[in-house]
Amino acid sequence: MTRPVYPFSAIVGQDELKLALIISAIDPSIGGVLAFGDRGTGKSTTVRALAALLPPVRAVRDCRFNCDPDGSNLCEECREKLREGEKLVARFIRVPVVDLPLGATEDRVVGALDLEKALTRGEKAFETGLLARANRGFLYIDEVNLLEDFLVDLLLDVAASGENVVEREGMSLRHPARFVLIGSGNPEEGELRPQLLDRFGLSVEVRTPQDLASRIEVVRRRDGFERDPHGFAAAWRGENRKLRRKVATARARVNLIVVPDSILEDSAKLCLALGTDGLRGELTLMRAARALAAYEGAETVTQKHLKSIAPSALRHRLRRDPLDEAGSSVRVDMALEKAFSA
Amino acid sequence: MNGGGEAEERSLWEEAVMAASLFAVDPVGLGGIAVASKYGPVRDSWMDFLRSIVPGWAPFRKLPLYAADERLFGGLDLAATLAHGKPVAERGLLAEMDRGFLVIPSAERMESGLASRLGLVIDAHAVHVEREAASMMHPARFGVIALDESEAGDDETPPAALLERLGLRIDLTDVTWRDVCLSDTTLEEIEAAQARLPNVAVPDKIIAGLVSAAVSFGIQTLRAPVFAVRAARASAALAGRDEANEEDAGLAAMLVLAPRATRMPEPMEDQAPPEPPPPEPQDDKEEDGKGGGESGENETAPDDDKALTDMIIAAAAAAMPKEMLVKAAAKPFRVPPSAPMGKAGAERTNAARGRPAGVRRGMPKPGSPLSLLETLRAAAPWQKIRKSMLEKAANTGRIDRIEVRSDDFRIKRLKARSQTATIFAVDASGSAAMQRLAETKGAVELLLAECYIRRDQVALVAFRGTRAEILLPPTRSLTRAKRSLAALAGGGGTPLASGIDAAGALAINIRRRGISPLIVVLTDGKANIAADGKPGRERAQNDANTAGRRLRAEGIATILVDTSPRPQAQAEKLAQEMAARYVPMPYANAAAISKAAKMAAKG
Repeated sequence: MTRPVYPFSAIVGQDELKLALIISAIDPSIGGVLAFGDRGTGKSTTVRALAALLPPVRAVRDCRFNCDPDGSNLCEECREKLREGEKLVARFIRVPVVDLPLGATEDRVVGALDLEKALTRGEKAFETGLLARANRGFLYIDEVNLLEDFLVDLLLDVAASGENVVEREGMSLRHPARFVLIGSGNPEEGELRPQLLDRFGLSVEVRTPQDLASRIEVVRRRDGFERDPHGFAAAWRGENRKLRRKVATARARVNLIVVPDSILEDSAKLCLALGTDGLRGELTLMRAARALAAYEGAETVTQKHLKSIAPSALRHRLRRDPLDEAGSSVRVDMALEKAFSA
Repeated sequence: MNGGGEAEERSLWEEAVMAASLFAVDPVGLGGIAVASKYGPVRDSWMDFLRSIVPGWAPFRKLPLYAADERLFGGLDLAATLAHGKPVAERGLLAEMDRGFLVIPSAERMESGLASRLGLVIDAHAVHVEREAASMMHPARFGVIALDESEAGDDETPPAALLERLGLRIDLTDVTWRDVCLSDTTLEEIEAAQARLPNVAVPDKIIAGLVSAAVSFGIQTLRAPVFAVRAARASAALAGRDEANEEDAGLAAMLVLAPRATRMPEPMEDQAPPEPPPPEPQDDKEEDGKGGGESGENETAPDDDKALTDMIIAAAAAAMPKEMLVKAAAKPFRVPPSAPMGKAGAERTNAARGRPAGVRRGMPKPGSPLSLLETLRAAAPWQKIRKSMLEKAANTGRIDRIEVRSDDFRIKRLKARSQTATIFAVDASGSAAMQRLAETKGAVELLLAECYIRRDQVALVAFRGTRAEILLPPTRSLTRAKRSLAALAGGGGTPLASGIDAAGALAINIRRRGISPLIVVLTDGKANIAADGKPGRERAQNDANTAGRRLRAEGIATILVDTSPRPQAQAEKLAQEMAARYVPMPYANAAAISKAAKMAAKG
C-alpha cells in the first residue's frame, strides 16, 4: 500500500498524453482525455501519475461530495447546513483521482440504497458511489472500451451535466458530480462507440517511443523504480513539485488569458475544413488552446497554441472513414497545414 | 523438427526448467509463465518441479475458468450479509492468492474480457472491487501459470491481454518423456536467490542490449524488455552473482524475447508474408543460424554495445525452433478468439450485461442479481409472524433482524441487447482474385464500417487453395478487421464447400453464445475444390450445394453476394440451396449489400 506511484516527471516521451492530462487539469471543463494505444505503452502509468501533480483544493469538511465551500454547486446536505445558518467549514483535500474498475456495478458507480441501514433499521438511506467520490476530481477507467456500454453512457452523461441523478430502489435524489473523465484502452480489444468518442474533450494516440535511446531509458527508469521505489520517487520529487506549481499557476491564470477574435476565426476555419460536427469541437479547441497558453505563461492565445493542441482536440471528432488507412491524425495535420499556410 | 539437433545447447526441457526456476525466484516481477503443452506426464513433471521449488505455504490454486466474477474478484457475501444484518464483503479468489501461484488451465479458452480484468489485477498487484455495496482493495501479488492447451491447428490462443503480462513462455509440446530429467535445483537455492535479488544490479549496457534485441525481434511492447531485465536479474541471483552478465542476458532473451518475436532480426525478414508459407522440414540450414549476418541496421546502438546486442540476439535466435520463426513471421498479429465457446460461458456472458428488466422470484446467481429492495418488500408482511414463530421456537429475547427466507428472494432480470455478428466468407481464389478481390475487399470494408457503427461483431473467413481459414474470430475491433482484410492475398482453387462449412461452424458457435449470426458469402460461385480438398468441378459444386443446404437446415441467415462480372447461374442456385438472399454484385454497391444484410438480420 505504501508503494509510491511512478513519478509523472520521470515518464519518458508520451509528450502528447502528458500535455493533454495537464491541460485537462488546468481547465476541467475541457471534458476529459481519452488515451488509446497498444499494449505496453505506459498509458495507465502516465494517467495514474497525474494525481501527484494536482494542487490541493478547498472542500467542505465531512462532505461526502467534496463540495466547494465557495462554489454554487453544493450538495443537498451542504445547502441544508447553509439554510440552517451553519457555516461551511473548509479544509484542503487532495484532488480525488478515483479508479473505476472494470466489472463495477451500477449501484457502486451511482450510489444506492444503504444496505446496512435497510437491513438493520429498515431505513431508506443513500450510500454514495464512485461518482460522489470523484466530484471535483478525476475518474479514471482503464480499458474504457471494455466497460459496459450503458455505464459509459451514464458516465458521459453525468460528466456532461455535472450532476448525478439517482432514481433507483425507491430513491430519488441528485448530487453534484463534476469530474474529469480519463479513459484508456487498446483499440485491438474493441473500440469505443463513435457516439461516445467525441464526448471526450481530448484524445491521444499513445505509441511506444520508437527511437532506441528512449526505449532504453524507459526500461532503465522502470528498473530503477522497481528496485528502489522510494528512492526513485524522492529523486523526482523536485521535478514533480516544479510541475505542480506550474499547473497551479496556470489554473489560477487560465481565465485571464485573452483569446483574440482571429484565433476564434482560425479554429472555426479549421473545424469547418475537417467537417467536425457541432460546436463541441470548436469550444474544446478554444479552451484547450487557452489552457495551453496559461501553462506556457503566455498572456494571449496564439496560432501556435492552437496548432499544437488541435490534433488532440479534434482527431476523434472526424467522421470515421474505414477506407482511410492514414488515420485521423494525418487528416488533422493536413487540414492544419492548409488552414494556416496562407 | 530440430528438437534434438544441438548437443551442447540446452534442451527444451532444460529451458523449461530454467524458466521455472527464474519464475520461482521472482514470480510477481515476472508476472507469470505461459506453458504451451497438452495435459500429460511431461507437463505434470514440470509442474511437480515447479511446486518443489516454491514454498509449501504459498497458495497454489487453479482458476476456475467459468467462475462467477464475485468469486474471483470479491463481492458481497450474501449469506453472511443476511445473517449479520449488515453488508459483509467476501474476498475473492484473487485476493486469497496473494503471495501465491495462480494456475489457469485451458488459458486459450479464457474470455478476453476476463483476461483484461485479470491483467489490471496483475498490473496493480491488487484487486480493486466496486460492486453490490462492496468497495474494497486487497493486495494480490501472485505469479500466473497459464496452461495453453490449444491444438496446433486451431486458432485459439490465450488472450493477448493475458500473454502480454506473463514474462516467460515455454513450449513443452515437443518435449518427450525421455527428455525429462530431474533437476537438482532446490527450494533453498531459490530462497537464497530471492534474498539476493534486490541487490543484484543490471548494468546499463545489459539493459540497452536487451532493449535493442527486443527492437530487432520486432517486439513493440515495452513490457517485454522490462520482463527481460527482471529475468536477467533473477538469473544472476540464482547463479549467486551480484551483477547480471551476458549469460543472464542471453537466457533472458531466450525465455522472454524469443517467444515474442514477430520477425527475424534481419533487414530482409522484416516484412511478414501475408500468407502462412508451407512448413519446410527439409530446410535445415537456417539463414539466421549464426545471428552474425546482420550489419549496421541497428538504429543507434553505440558500437561497443552492438556486440553485446548481437550476442543476445544470437542466444535468443538459437533457441527459436524453426517452425516458431515461421509462425512468428506468418502471424504478426496473432489474435485470440474474443470469447470462449463453452456453454457456461455463454450463459454468463449474456446475463452479465444488459439493463434491468423487471424483477421476479428466484434464487440469486451470476447473471441474476438479487434485488434487495424487492426482496425486503416481499419479506416485510411476514415479519411479525416469522418473529413470533422464531420466538416460540427458540424462546430467546428480542430479535431485531429482518427475517428473510429464500422464497422472499427477488432477482433482477437483465435484458441484454440482442447482438449480431456478421461473418464474411470471402472467396479469395484465383478466379475471384484476378478481377474482383479488390472490389470484394472494398465492399467488405464498407460493410465493416456499418457493423462498427452498430457495434456488431465481425468475423472473417477466407477460402482459397484447398481449404478455408478463419482469418479473424468475432471481434468488435475495426482495426483488427481491417488489418486481416488488407493482409488477405488471392490465388488458388475455390474450395467453396469448405468456406461455407467453416462459416457455418463459426456461426453455430456464435449462436451458442446468444449472438445472432449472419453469414455474408462473397463468391462467384464457381467451386472447383471439393470438401475433401481434391479438385474436380462437378463434385466441388455438389459439395458446395450440400454445404449450403446444411446452412439452411441450421436456419442461419445468409446473404450470397455474387462477385462475378455477370450474374452466375451456379451462384444463384447455391443461394437458393442455402435460402440466402442473392445479391449480384454488378448491381450491388455496398449500400445495397448493407441493406440486404439488414433485412436478413431482421427476418
